[in-house]
Amino acid sequence: MPEYWDPEIETMPAEDLKKLQEEKLKQLVHYVYERSPFYRKRFDEHGVKPEDIQTLEDIRKLPFTVKQDLRDTYPIGMFCVPNSQLTRFHASSGTTGKPTVVGYTQQDIDEWAESLARAFTSVGMGKDDILQVSYGYGLFTGGLGAHYGCEKLGATVLPTSSGNTERQLELMMDLDVTAIACTPSYFLYMIETARKIGMNIKEETKLKRGFFGAEPWTEELKKRIEDEAGIKAYDIYGTSEMSGPLFTECSAQSGIHIWADKFLVEILDTETGETVPDGERGELVITTLTKEALPLIRYKVKDLTRKLSEPCACGRTHPRIARISGRSDDMIIVRGINVFPGQIESVLMKIPEVGSHFMIIVDRIGPLDSMKVQIEMHGSAFSDKMSDMMALKRKVSGALKSVLNLAVEVELVEHGSLPRSEGKSKKVIDKRKI
Amino acid sequence: MGAGMEDKIIKQISLFAENKPGRLANVANKLKSAGVNIRAFTIAESGDFGIIRMVVDRPDYTHDILHDAGFTVSETSVLGIEMEDVPGSMSRIAEVFGKVKINIDYAYAFITRDQKALLIVRVNDIEKAVKTLQEEGIKLITMKELEKI
Repeated sequence: MPEYWDPEIETMPAEDLKKLQEEKLKQLVHYVYERSPFYRKRFDEHGVKPEDIQTLEDIRKLPFTVKQDLRDTYPIGMFCVPNSQLTRFHASSGTTGKPTVVGYTQQDIDEWAESLARAFTSVGMGKDDILQVSYGYGLFTGGLGAHYGCEKLGATVLPTSSGNTERQLELMMDLDVTAIACTPSYFLYMIETARKIGMNIKEETKLKRGFFGAEPWTEELKKRIEDEAGIKAYDIYGTSEMSGPLFTECSAQSGIHIWADKFLVEILDTETGETVPDGERGELVITTLTKEALPLIRYKVKDLTRKLSEPCACGRTHPRIARISGRSDDMIIVRGINVFPGQIESVLMKIPEVGSHFMIIVDRIGPLDSMKVQIEMHGSAFSDKMSDMMALKRKVSGALKSVLNLAVEVELVEHGSLPRSEGKSKKVIDKRKI
Repeated sequence: MGAGMEDKIIKQISLFAENKPGRLANVANKLKSAGVNIRAFTIAESGDFGIIRMVVDRPDYTHDILHDAGFTVSETSVLGIEMEDVPGSMSRIAEVFGKVKINIDYAYAFITRDQKALLIVRVNDIEKAVKTLQEEGIKLITMKELEKI
């Protein structure tokens, strides 16, 4: 099995990669300035001309773009090619506003698929593998993205999309599926459904790997998934604005490689907008270097992560980012304290008595914010003695308090009563009217 | 476990339930359709949730029915102590346990058709409790007897 999809690019010395990025960035600013009225206006307002960009460091002269820009120019006001050159659209669900539309040329689709083919290769996948794509197919980029990546690799795709879980499990077993791609919450639901129908994913399937993403998840949940399903769980990353799922961890599992010949990564301080030192947490800002239909300049993804600069054991020279620790949009402020759902997940998944589903409910009672976490316990943790149950609640609230520095009410709810998700899961209900 | 110990022990069904309208109906409906007869029943509640404890005619079967229906359920070993339905009976039992330092985790009681009082208890040391009660001549109800009450 080949170690690399494209050895020359993937192991290119860092200095050469930088030079390559610099060349592509210089071409990109001319490309968008000439083709997109949106970018021309934005550059002019910002007082920057394409000629001002001569080195990688000059990127700081460029204005940012954000999701709101895509909404403001809905549907295709930021596109740089005419319709005749488009091959495909995808669109976001628009749960927090107007939907956003993204578009691709044939080359964009090919580059996207190639990104994932590199990533799949980097965890040891090859032509013999069978990937079950349980991401939703359709407007969401997850399904078709993983599908094309897998075909590019030359492996076999089982395009189940999400839903119809028992059927999915049956096919997984009967077709000797070796890998799966879906949201971590959907995979949890699959594990649970398997158990319910008396099937053991660990013992009865050939499943070796899972690629999980499209929603933030934690190292602790990853460990739980690996233990319960007997697989290796890899982070998969990418947003529809960048194309879709594009990157995964490699076999070294020490961060996600961002293909530097295609994307330029900045990690910036959310307050000051300045670059944070490598290893420090900040917000991810992406510049696409090869996209034709919808190139993005300094796009604020709103995902929080760290840049890992030490060389990777796999030999790839492309920069890595740490697991997405949360979205800056997901942060909830409770009594003046910043809380990320991921922090809560980390705490809960380390407590063996606590089940894999939870819900955070924030409310305002009188003048005070209150936070409640609903959990389902594992059947084996149930005791008929009230004192044991109260002790479990205290254990969980104590663990949350020590991490969040915030009093959290813990509520035990019946098994199966918290919502299960087939796509992106909702983990926070904010009832405050602010 | 000593000879005869096993049939002195009653298997109680313990069930986790949220403290919400309709939750008990849910459990009761399952038992009804499974034809399970409840002999004794109590709910311990704590704000958001409760623990339902009950003694039924076919505990293993009931456990499986509820478990398969997705309930969080367990079987717990408890004792069924028969007492005369007169003042002082409860006091005697409590004294016997106190003397040998057996702790009662919880207890509930009801009156049987033949005018006896029956106390269901969970204790911290069930073997010692059985032995002590037998030495004191206090009658323990067996699972078989309970079905006929």
